[in-house]
Amino acid sequence: MPLLEARGVTKRFGGLIAVQNVDYCIEPHTINAIIGPNGAGKTTFFNLMTGIYTPDEGRIIFDGKDITGLKPNRINQAGIARTFQNIRLFGAMTVIENCLVGMHRRLHVDWVQAILRPPAFNRQEREAQRRVEELLDFVGLRDKANEVAKNLPYGDQRRLELARALASEPKLLLLDEPTAGMNPQETAAAMQLFRAVRDEFGITVLLIEHDMRVVMGISERVTVLDYGQKIAEGSPEEVRRNPRVIEAYLGRGSAASYI
Amino acid sequence: MATQSLLQERASRLNWREALPTIFAILYVLIVFSLLRSLNRADLWFPTYSSILFPLFVFSPFIIFALKIPFALRAVLIAIIGLVLMPILGMQDSFYLELITQIAIFAAMAIGLNVVVGFAGLLDLGYVAFFAVGAYLWGIFTSNANTIVRISGAQAAPELFWLFLFLGVIAAAITGILLGLPVLRLRGDYLAIVTLGFGEIIRILVSNLSNISSNRRNPINITNGAQGLPGILSPPLPDFMFQAVESLTNSLGLPVNNVRAFTYQLFYYGLVLIVCALSALIAARLDNSPIGRAWTAIREDEVAAQAMGVPKVKMKLLAFALGASFAGAMGVIFAARNTFVSPESFSFIQSIFILAVVIVGGMGSIRGAIFGAAIVTLLNLQVLKNFSLQINALRNIDWVVPIIDFPIRNWPQQLEPARYERLVFGLLLIVMMIFRPSGLLPAKRRQLELQGERAERISEKELTADVAEIRPEDLLSAPAAIGEAKEAKAANAADIAEDLPADQPPTPGEGLPDEPKEKP
Ligand SMILES: Nc1ncnc2c1ncn2[C@@H]1O[C@H](COP(=O)(O)OP(=O)(O)O)[C@@H](O)[C@H]1O
Ligand SMILES: [Mg+2]
Repeated sequence: MPLLEARGVTKRFGGLIAVQNVDYCIEPHTINAIIGPNGAGKTTFFNLMTGIYTPDEGRIIFDGKDITGLKPNRINQAGIARTFQNIRLFGAMTVIENCLVGMHRRLHVDWVQAILRPPAFNRQEREAQRRVEELLDFVGLRDKANEVAKNLPYGDQRRLELARALASEPKLLLLDEPTAGMNPQETAAAMQLFRAVRDEFGITVLLIEHDMRVVMGISERVTVLDYGQKIAEGSPEEVRRNPRVIEAYLGRGSAASYI
Repeated sequence: MATQSLLQERASRLNWREALPTIFAILYVLIVFSLLRSLNRADLWFPTYSSILFPLFVFSPFIIFALKIPFALRAVLIAIIGLVLMPILGMQDSFYLELITQIAIFAAMAIGLNVVVGFAGLLDLGYVAFFAVGAYLWGIFTSNANTIVRISGAQAAPELFWLFLFLGVIAAAITGILLGLPVLRLRGDYLAIVTLGFGEIIRILVSNLSNISSNRRNPINITNGAQGLPGILSPPLPDFMFQAVESLTNSLGLPVNNVRAFTYQLFYYGLVLIVCALSALIAARLDNSPIGRAWTAIREDEVAAQAMGVPKVKMKLLAFALGASFAGAMGVIFAARNTFVSPESFSFIQSIFILAVVIVGGMGSIRGAIFGAAIVTLLNLQVLKNFSLQINALRNIDWVVPIIDFPIRNWPQQLEPARYERLVFGLLLIVMMIFRPSGLLPAKRRQLELQGERAERISEKELTADVAEIRPEDLLSAPAAIGEAKEAKAANAADIAEDLPADQPPTPGEGLPDEPKEKP
């Protein structure tokens, strides 16, 4: 059974159809990529899966449950976490606090307890802190735990966003252009991290990528969007050879001459 | 042996040096206190002296709090200032007790507003409405005005004060939720306008819920309208308290005229101090809990917070409800202490006043809220008024300013300092915003931010939302974006078509053109 299944999902912005009748499946424990030119609707598709937008048509089933139209926090609770194309950290909060917010749905949140501080509350806080520290170890931010997020260098901000998303212990992790703006070394390190996310935590990964080395290097399945429509899907090799993909990327005439 | 004694000596010298600030602080408190004690109301310059010395005295707990000594020690010193020195000053001149009580009332409300504005980032310009709810709750049930409650004989016994204190908290919290529900989707200035309107609605409601409102005769009188509610009751105090206060004041050689009134003053002082301390404790604990973190996250980035599993609706309502409850408690106490409430006490300017306290002190800072309350209240109720008193006193004796030979009786009435309360207040806020925008005692979080301000930062543009709201520009630029996307395709196509070996990367950045709609 697929972990996530989108059926005929469509999203319009006024006259513009950002995502059009897309069917999409993700198998558990795989690493998947969505590629496509800018404006193809990739980010919008992420926003649909995470509840930030509601699809105009179609349904999204996650883990056997229909999540269409649920609020973003409910969807996060169901087990989908994400990062953003334009990093969206909680700038004024420390690295640790950012991750603790990510853990929100894993904590028992009760204002009476927060005020009275019974032992159970303190235990939970300590435990959360410990888990976050493990995560920071994993992404390599342990020594910056108490720095304020907005003062971190760019690469660290990306890592922190990943750690924050992992803190909610998702089943499916969506990464929107996670290596954008990284140099080749950083990109290579990031790829290793994504693989580790799947192998060590058993989390299914879906990423939007522009960097073809990343796409070809780690994804098992690649889906191509163009003008909101799915135009190809398959292994990296298949997709790369697909004439429709080449056509979408180069225009009709050039495609012919390329082949 | 020699080295050991040397080490010991060094250690003791270090301790001595570390103790110096504490000793200075204690000396400071004692000097200010004894100077205040030595003041005489009959003295010509009394208004000036007291308006300099009393603020210095009020700052002393903050100075103590800033010392780098164990928390328990600081707590003891502050308790001595608050529970011993302050009551003694009050016996000497009960106006000081009035002032400090007023400060504590504003401090507790500022702490409550801080939960809403500082922690959760929800700008509330109608906060005084919750104060009104608490005040009117106790007022309606104990006032001697001819309200429906009195006519129907449903008045509350004064003993029920403690129950009503609790009910005031609940009522204010419910009102907070009622306000919160319709404004959940609003942010920033829109939220500010709606909350402002809400504050006015409550005020106008209480001034109209009577049978004498405007020209029409309403059947029932609930709030006694613009006339307000007189004769509100205080809770009864046990007799031994009066006796204790009497013997205490006599034994200290500071007998007070009216033991009853003074005992009540002391009682309210203690009560607001307790409520204020509880408010501070509760706010601090909430801030440092999953709830406080969720609030900050919502304040920083609502969309990201939700995507991380933070239930926005629940958390915002919780902020409104908890923030309001502090004001509800203070409202009940205020009504009892003041014995009179009217819609006047809950005007828009009061909300602004509390917000100003939060801003002056430092958004999100609890110490700041208390400090801000002290500054703003002293400025309003003591310093400026005292300057006016001073000028009048000098005018009466036909005093002439030395050196410039200016006869003070020529000082125009229009320029009396007390009339310029709001001007001074406005200037203070402007100066604050220019030189210390994060407040006098900024929140720790804000301090951390400022520390690393120079550190590498990604540009504002990169941080701007990619999904937060649908702006008309986005829709307009969409066709252009598609055009740009076409251009960008070439670069991607090169990547996808070319059979690159993995170890030979393409030029960095080539495959990552900007998001189309971010381009100006
Ligand atoms: N909130 C929005 N309002 C209007 N148009 C939008 C909005 N979000 C995205 N779009 C448009 O939808 C299209 C797809 O955008 P997006 O999903 O961000 O593309 P991608 O991530 O593939 O580059 C673009 O033309 C974009 O301008
Ligand atoms: Mg995108």
